[in-house]
Amino acid sequence: MLDQTTTPVLSVKNLKIQATSYPPGEKPKDITIVEDVSFTVQRGKVLGLIGESGAGKSTIGLTSMAFGRGGVRITGGEILVNGRDILKDSQSQLRSLRGQDVTYVSQSAAASFNPSKRLMDQVIEATLRHGILSKNEAKTRAIELFRKLGLPSPETIGDRYPHQVSGGQLQRVMTAMALCPKPSLVVFDEPTTALDVTTQIDVLKAIKEAIRETGVAALYITHDLAVVAQVSDDIMVLRHGKMVEYGATSQIITAPAQAYTQDLVNIRSELHSEKQENGTPILKIENVTARYKSVPINVLKDISVTLEAGHTLAVVGESGSGKSTLARAITGLLPPIAGQISFNDQPLPPAMQDRSKDELRDLQMIFQMADVAMNPRQTVGQIIGRPLTFYFGLRGSARKARIRELLDQIEMGRGFEDRYPAELSGGQKQRVCIARALAAKPKLIICDEVTSALDPLVADGILRLLLDLQAQENVAYLFITHDLATVRAIADKIAVMHKGKIVRYGPKSQVLTPPFDDYTDLLLSSVPEMRLGWLEEVIANAKMQAAGN
Amino acid sequence: MTHHSRPSTQEHYVAPFDDVTSFEELKDAPPPAKFKLTFMGKIGAVVVTFWVLIALLGPFIAPLGENELPFPDAYSEFQAPQPGAWLGTDVDDRDVLSRLMFGASRTLGIAFAATIIAYFFGVILGIGAIVAGPKVDLVVSRINDAFMSLPTIMLGLVVVAAVGSSIPILILTAGFIYTTVVFRLARGIGMDIIVMDYVEAAKVRGDGIWWIVTREIWPNAAMPLISDFGLRLIIVILFISSLGFLGLGVQPPQADWGSMVRENLGALQYGESYLPVIAPAVAIATLTVGINLVVDDISSHAGRKLSGRM
Repeated sequence: MLDQTTTPVLSVKNLKIQATSYPPGEKPKDITIVEDVSFTVQRGKVLGLIGESGAGKSTIGLTSMAFGRGGVRITGGEILVNGRDILKDSQSQLRSLRGQDVTYVSQSAAASFNPSKRLMDQVIEATLRHGILSKNEAKTRAIELFRKLGLPSPETIGDRYPHQVSGGQLQRVMTAMALCPKPSLVVFDEPTTALDVTTQIDVLKAIKEAIRETGVAALYITHDLAVVAQVSDDIMVLRHGKMVEYGATSQIITAPAQAYTQDLVNIRSELHSEKQENGTPILKIENVTARYKSVPINVLKDISVTLEAGHTLAVVGESGSGKSTLARAITGLLPPIAGQISFNDQPLPPAMQDRSKDELRDLQMIFQMADVAMNPRQTVGQIIGRPLTFYFGLRGSARKARIRELLDQIEMGRGFEDRYPAELSGGQKQRVCIARALAAKPKLIICDEVTSALDPLVADGILRLLLDLQAQENVAYLFITHDLATVRAIADKIAVMHKGKIVRYGPKSQVLTPPFDDYTDLLLSSVPEMRLGWLEEVIANAKMQAAGN
Repeated sequence: MTHHSRPSTQEHYVAPFDDVTSFEELKDAPPPAKFKLTFMGKIGAVVVTFWVLIALLGPFIAPLGENELPFPDAYSEFQAPQPGAWLGTDVDDRDVLSRLMFGASRTLGIAFAATIIAYFFGVILGIGAIVAGPKVDLVVSRINDAFMSLPTIMLGLVVVAAVGSSIPILILTAGFIYTTVVFRLARGIGMDIIVMDYVEAAKVRGDGIWWIVTREIWPNAAMPLISDFGLRLIIVILFISSLGFLGLGVQPPQADWGSMVRENLGALQYGESYLPVIAPAVAIATLTVGINLVVDDISSHAGRKLSGRM
């Protein structure tokens, strides 16, 4: 571990990874997941692996421990850890490699901890198992790491159970677990993806400082280029298991050579400039307060916003801010206990059951998870066709023609009518959900985190489609999201929600211009920017409080 | 010293190919996935088809009648297989093969009828309980729990002892006992489905309860329920056979597989061959294994593990 020579910590040459796929009704066949990937990581350096889902980045990360998940095999190339080819290692050599020389931080810390054991016992478990330190030494080291990672009360936090700390804290405890056995390489697999932006920034800061202070080398896997730009020295862009571009971070961020990398760097620049108020409100929410039956706490407190026809109101907030509850209140799934919602200048009955068919039709919703928002046993044609029959009584060839028209509008090719949702890609699923909402010819569509589950470029395509459709159909969007980049890209008006209240509301240009209130400031300053040194600036500004996490 | 003050020495690599430059998802639809049986599934299907055919045609193609004697003129208990009695004879000198074929239709028929009854009421009550709301659900579920807590064989014994054993009674008893199980299963599956976003989407659209149950919930509950139907059929066959073995199922001189095992137990001690016991036992075993093999394929296609629900 004190190897000060120039041998790289990790050196991968011409890596080839294959797996066997079992297509139903066909013979099993080998598919290549990763091909001809080479890179090196020097001591104290961080390499960012970036790509969309299916690019092979996690698979590559795991091969640094000579591990293949779910029948994945390393079929070519060599992997040198501190100069040793680990593909030639015996099982017992691999056991001492894993969790000692190379450690792993996964995306979901919550799913990775044993809920019935105290944090400290789990943090030092691998260190003790490998006999690296004595129990007392390991505990001392763990407490030191807790302190370095900025965890509150580092002396005692180890006595807690996983459910007694927040998600961001748990992710940092997992980082401490990875660093505890003094590894030479840590693999971070999307460590901040599941976190809110204000939490993510604390974790990023902690990871970055811990890497610097311990001098460990790291692989940082993520789909978010802005995040990886903050922590890595080099970046490798992957697509379909192949190297697209590989270079110093500054090179990739400021002068990307491949068009694909350029797309990633320029993602979600402003797609849409703000429209002027036109004085025809389509949705008016006045002093709405709502709560769930089981919990005696108001999830929405005195919410008032207005949305005009053909405009987009973005409701921004972190998890638990009440933004999805607002959507449920508007759709009538959760009738508010106070306040009024008017649609088209008419008061809307609070409960869905009391609304007329036209009131229901005018207000459609697109869900976050397209996967579960479509009945897996209905074809695309049935899914899009149902609102046509239900609201307009369309049947037979008229219905077919309209389905075809809608599929064209969402820019999908031929032959999708008879396909089931499971046969579509993530972006296509969300497009079908958009078509289903559009089929009702609504005046307002509530979009609940519609791009959150998608890869950046696919999400970008969806946002462009939504904007095009808005221009064609003059439909208004209530866009619920936690992603400020999305908001910048498409909103006319913004409402920032925090703990069930609206803390800032107005036209986009106003909301995003200082002076800010504390929360909006924190939220805005926490969104990673696609440039070098952003994280350092934020840390230097040191305006951040612990954000209650 | 911050990270970026040590400039990276990584030389710049750019992929030499262009096929990554255009970003497009698949434009046209992929071919649809079809349901196909695996090799083991096919074996299972052959076995199940064989027994179903025997059950349907057995009484017509059996070489002898159910209680006919192949060798009426001789004392012929537990004879070895021979021309005229290809599986030997049983305790009362009858032809084992013919009785096995008659028993197939009786065992399968009772089990099938009972399972149908259990499914009809279980599914209606189970899905109805969730749709009707938490209060109804609570009441129906507690009553169901009370019935479920009774041991099945004991309940069967009590009913048969009270009202006597006849085929309709057997069907109704087994149907009732397994209605409680199917209720639990259907309710569990339905509860997972009713909270899905597509059900919410249908509600927001304004679709009524009938549409939601028949078009949104049922098609998704059907696949796991169908796989369970096969397993339930097996369990009912074993239940009927157990009652038969205890002498409380199908009554002599009628044949069913369970009672055949019981009445021929003597063959194990002093028969010329074990076949009078082994043959019906093998019939039960091959049918259950066969159904299981088919069900495995169906449930892996449905992509759901049923084991966690039962």
